[in-house]
Amino acid sequence: MEDVKLMKGNEALAEAAIRAGVDAYFGYPITPQSEVIEYLMAQRPENRTGMVVLQAESEVAAINMVYGAAGAGKKVMTSSSSPGISLKLEGISYIAGAELPCLIVNVMRGGPGLGTIQPSQADYFQAVKGGGHGDYRLIVLAPSTVQEMADFVDKSFKLAFKYRNPVMILADGAIGQMMEKVYLPDAKPRLTDDELIEKYDSWATTGRKNGRKQNIITSLNLKSEKQEVHNLDLQAKYKRIEENETESEEIHCEDADYIMVAFGTSARICQKVIQIGREKGMKLGLIRPITLWPYPSKTIAKYAGKVKGFISVEMNAGQMVEDVRLAVDGKTPVIHYGRMGGMIATPGEVLTAVENHLKTL
Amino acid sequence: MTTSVITPEEIIKTGTVVFKKTENINSVPLSYCPGCGHGVVHRLIMEVVEEMGITADTIGVAPVGCSVLAYEFMNIDMQQAAHGRAPAVATGIKRVFPNKYVFTYQGDGDLAAIGTAETIHACNRGENIVIIFVNNGIYGMTGGQMAPTTLEGMKSSTSPYGRDVHTAGYPLKITEMVAMLPGVCYATRQAVHKPTLVNKTKRAIQKAFENQRDNKGTSIVEVLINCNSGWKMTPEQANIWLEENMAVYFPLGDIKK
Repeated sequence: MEDVKLMKGNEALAEAAIRAGVDAYFGYPITPQSEVIEYLMAQRPENRTGMVVLQAESEVAAINMVYGAAGAGKKVMTSSSSPGISLKLEGISYIAGAELPCLIVNVMRGGPGLGTIQPSQADYFQAVKGGGHGDYRLIVLAPSTVQEMADFVDKSFKLAFKYRNPVMILADGAIGQMMEKVYLPDAKPRLTDDELIEKYDSWATTGRKNGRKQNIITSLNLKSEKQEVHNLDLQAKYKRIEENETESEEIHCEDADYIMVAFGTSARICQKVIQIGREKGMKLGLIRPITLWPYPSKTIAKYAGKVKGFISVEMNAGQMVEDVRLAVDGKTPVIHYGRMGGMIATPGEVLTAVENHLKTL
Repeated sequence: MTTSVITPEEIIKTGTVVFKKTENINSVPLSYCPGCGHGVVHRLIMEVVEEMGITADTIGVAPVGCSVLAYEFMNIDMQQAAHGRAPAVATGIKRVFPNKYVFTYQGDGDLAAIGTAETIHACNRGENIVIIFVNNGIYGMTGGQMAPTTLEGMKSSTSPYGRDVHTAGYPLKITEMVAMLPGVCYATRQAVHKPTLVNKTKRAIQKAFENQRDNKGTSIVEVLINCNSGWKMTPEQANIWLEENMAVYFPLGDIKK
């Protein structure tokens, strides 16, 4: 029987984590994602699956607990919102450097600083361009429905372990807070320690048994020659991820003469804009990146030079628009439309922005 | 008269060996300065782990600082933590591997300055781990800057005229602080500049690991060592200075047991 529920995005993600066989969650409360840890605690996951759920003393401690448990080969996650993610960045850089698989969830709110608790997409740069120090990449997934909040948990861990790389689910406060129908995934058991050792004993700190070589988790190379080799290896891995894991959705693009690009909540708004626009005879399409890194540049490039224009609709001052412009490579005009501070654009506003742009083309 | 020369091989031959390096210490040169106590503390931990038969079940966490490369010397599974975060990293490991032995190896800057929150909260949760806290009153690796445990009036590269407690605060007795917490089952301060003290330190480390085996909570073993290069002294002078100054402000012995 299908397990269908009406749930908040944050709760759907938490339930999906238990069902994905996650071994541990370490977090610190922050609006608008505190429901994740609240839901997990209420579920007594230690009884349901044996999952560890711990409220840390800070986001800094939480991400370092993730580092430790991920280094032990376990399936580990944390979640937070924008200011909390800023605190986690040191740890994220270390996790990327030490090549540890894990899931980090950012349910974005408006910034900078303490900003607002209302939804935002202003952490796009932070998520996809680095954020922490050093040359590293996160695999970044952008859910636009409560269903995807649930589905992306298992998907994230598959990617994280496939590439031994941290994965981020970059949601926003609206996706985290809103309630929708969600088909919950089937539950799968956590790995036993024996299964874990069989799979990850080549690198994880599971204990130096049976005379095997010691396993070391570190991001340190004091010798430049060695560090450069490590950097080159990381870059080669990132290239493989770009080639194999880029994902996006194209909506009504086949006959479109104008294309919107948007992710998360903004993509939901743009779907309404397509509907209203098409009723008025405007041939609008939408490209919705599902992976924000790797970015679906090739998909966007297919339409460059063919459509009249692009608009990047974001809940920020214009961040992803830079990647749209890089993909379009000057072949077609690209503009940005966005609201900030927790304000969400209406479909009417976006349509007006599109119409105004079209007049100039 | 002929003198018989004993060759090293004869000394090492079976039956006359009175001391042997534990297999848990890798056969590589240590990166520590001559006269530094880090090597002794490394050896003591690894001997205890070997003697308790827990080598395959022990995971160590190395800090940032002089002992950042501890994993190159200790032949066990290890993780290197960001500066100050070792107790959080150890928490992560121990919570998912409750039957393993997990310890952190931290200096004073790591444990008592940048990592104060992680130290106190791991102790307050009573994380069932061992914290080895090596206190030399200075930042060794970065070149002798003032540490949270630098004594009043003590010179360092960032307190070149001596630590002024009115502007830089007082040397932090963090082991006494965490000893107050109910989650801490054992807090002790030891030293390794004399053979008798080395033996005592080893017993303290063993007790800490036994506490972990018995699920008693957090054990913290502080070990005073010299930093002769940072203190700008010979190793011998540094040991005397340690005894006459460090061990006065930071008295040796059990704080909680």
